[in-house]
Amino acid sequence: MIRFDQVTKLYKGNARPALNSVSLEILRGEFVFLVGASGSGKSSFLRLVLREEQPTRGQIHVLGQALGTLSSRKVPYFRRNLGVVFQDFRLLPQKSVFDNVAFTLQVIGKSKGFIQEAVPDVLKMVGLAGKASRLPHELSGGEQQRVAIARAIVNKPAILLADEPTGNLDPSTSAGIMTLLERISQGGTTVIMATHDAGIVDQMKRRVIELVGGQVVRDERQGGYQTQALPVQSFGTPTPAPRAPGQWTETL
Amino acid sequence: MRFGLIMSEVGNGLKRNLSMVVSVVLVTFISLTFVGAAILLQFQIGQMKGYWYDRAQVAIYMCTDTSTDGNCKLAEATDAEKDGVRDKLESSTLANLVDKVDFENHDQVFAQYKEQFGDTTGSDFVTPEFLPETFWVNLTDPDQADVLVESISGLAGVEQVTDQRGYLEPIFSALNAASFTAVGIAVLMLIAAVLLIATTIRLSAFSRRRELGIMRLVGASNRFIQTPFVLEGVIASLIGSVLASGAVVLLVRFFVQDYLGGQTQGTPLIGLTDAFIVVPVLIGVGAVLAAVSANVAISRYLKV
Repeated sequence: MIRFDQVTKLYKGNARPALNSVSLEILRGEFVFLVGASGSGKSSFLRLVLREEQPTRGQIHVLGQALGTLSSRKVPYFRRNLGVVFQDFRLLPQKSVFDNVAFTLQVIGKSKGFIQEAVPDVLKMVGLAGKASRLPHELSGGEQQRVAIARAIVNKPAILLADEPTGNLDPSTSAGIMTLLERISQGGTTVIMATHDAGIVDQMKRRVIELVGGQVVRDERQGGYQTQALPVQSFGTPTPAPRAPGQWTETL
Repeated sequence: MRFGLIMSEVGNGLKRNLSMVVSVVLVTFISLTFVGAAILLQFQIGQMKGYWYDRAQVAIYMCTDTSTDGNCKLAEATDAEKDGVRDKLESSTLANLVDKVDFENHDQVFAQYKEQFGDTTGSDFVTPEFLPETFWVNLTDPDQADVLVESISGLAGVEQVTDQRGYLEPIFSALNAASFTAVGIAVLMLIAAVLLIATTIRLSAFSRRRELGIMRLVGASNRFIQTPFVLEGVIASLIGSVLASGAVVLLVRFFVQDYLGGQTQGTPLIGLTDAFIVVPVLIGVGAVLAAVSANVAISRYLKV
């Protein structure tokens, strides 16, 4: 479903790579947590999957397409297979809940009939059935994130990318969002979630990929959130050497 | 469905940027009016050339008793000399250039003179003998006048050979200069219009960057994203072009036809048909320039 082959991403004016020779594979229907300190490369990873960035070196395959050879004209059509959720929701403030979700379908050319059917369905699924005509600022943070999730999944994408979706929410609201994401995952959607929330990762017991300084230092099934990597590399101390995944599973 | 959505986006964009849109309309209006005026001036020049060159003749003035110009020695041109000119005009070298020859004797020239200048001071002193007898030559091709002038002016009894087109040259060069000035102003104004359209579209895109970001994220095609912006620019400049077209038509109708037409009888002037040829040109130029500059302006928001 998603495969990274020796992927390195360098940003201009920064000698330290955001991702350093990352190789991994994520399968259909998996629920993956992407953990690591700020600046460890989580967001770069998600941006590469979305093809908002191109890798400096290495190959990325998503949904059977080699992103390096995808022409920029085809990128929009590729993105229709992906849903994205952000920490800051990114809703359109002047549009109602219904219109925010419908906007996604309108701009990719879905028919009015399809929209009238799909949007109420997805709003019901995320638990916002009675709030279709509200404006975003009339909703709580958790509800706004549900709108954003509804917008991301209304087109039934194969992959849902979530960049710290619970970052702005309190624990109980976060738990509700996680239940929702789990339900989406059970429907067969691959979910990749970047997060700092240790409680959620420990509780869910799903695959955990930990990034430190752009390198995968841990990749384990049913992992917990272990913060061995302190974000001290930015102060000039050498980055910790990548450890073999087995090393970490022993400590469980 | 998508068409309705695009048009509502266009409407929103135009409303949101109303003052910029008005300035685009005004600048395209003025610049295209200058373009139209330049084209009309060229039409006018062409029409006058066609009209006058058909009528312009070569005048061969024969000597009079009072003239020392040319080959004259204060002696009236003799019949033999006049026959010499006639023979030359009918000779094989010139015959195919010459369309028609009219000869006017002293009395005919005097009658013509009285008709044109009879009421000017001093015209009473003119007697028929002062005015040279004249051959009026119509040419099959007015551009060949030089050949005629050269071969006739050396003949005995010829005072002067004049190509009447020479009198028109200053008028045409003045009109040409006016036309080039109009083109120069039009080019400057069009550059301003293009930059203004680009700025307006950038502003419009900036105020909608949230929507644009989400559109790109969910996979709206580039064509779908850019169409509203291009249409916005095109609509604004089309309004300007239509105003410019209206101005050009009114200019021809009221200034050229009514005012100039009343002032100068007999001079051929451009009419509304010419103005209606200019209209599609102006609208086309306005639409194409706006579409191109809006496209360039929006392209930076489409990089994926």
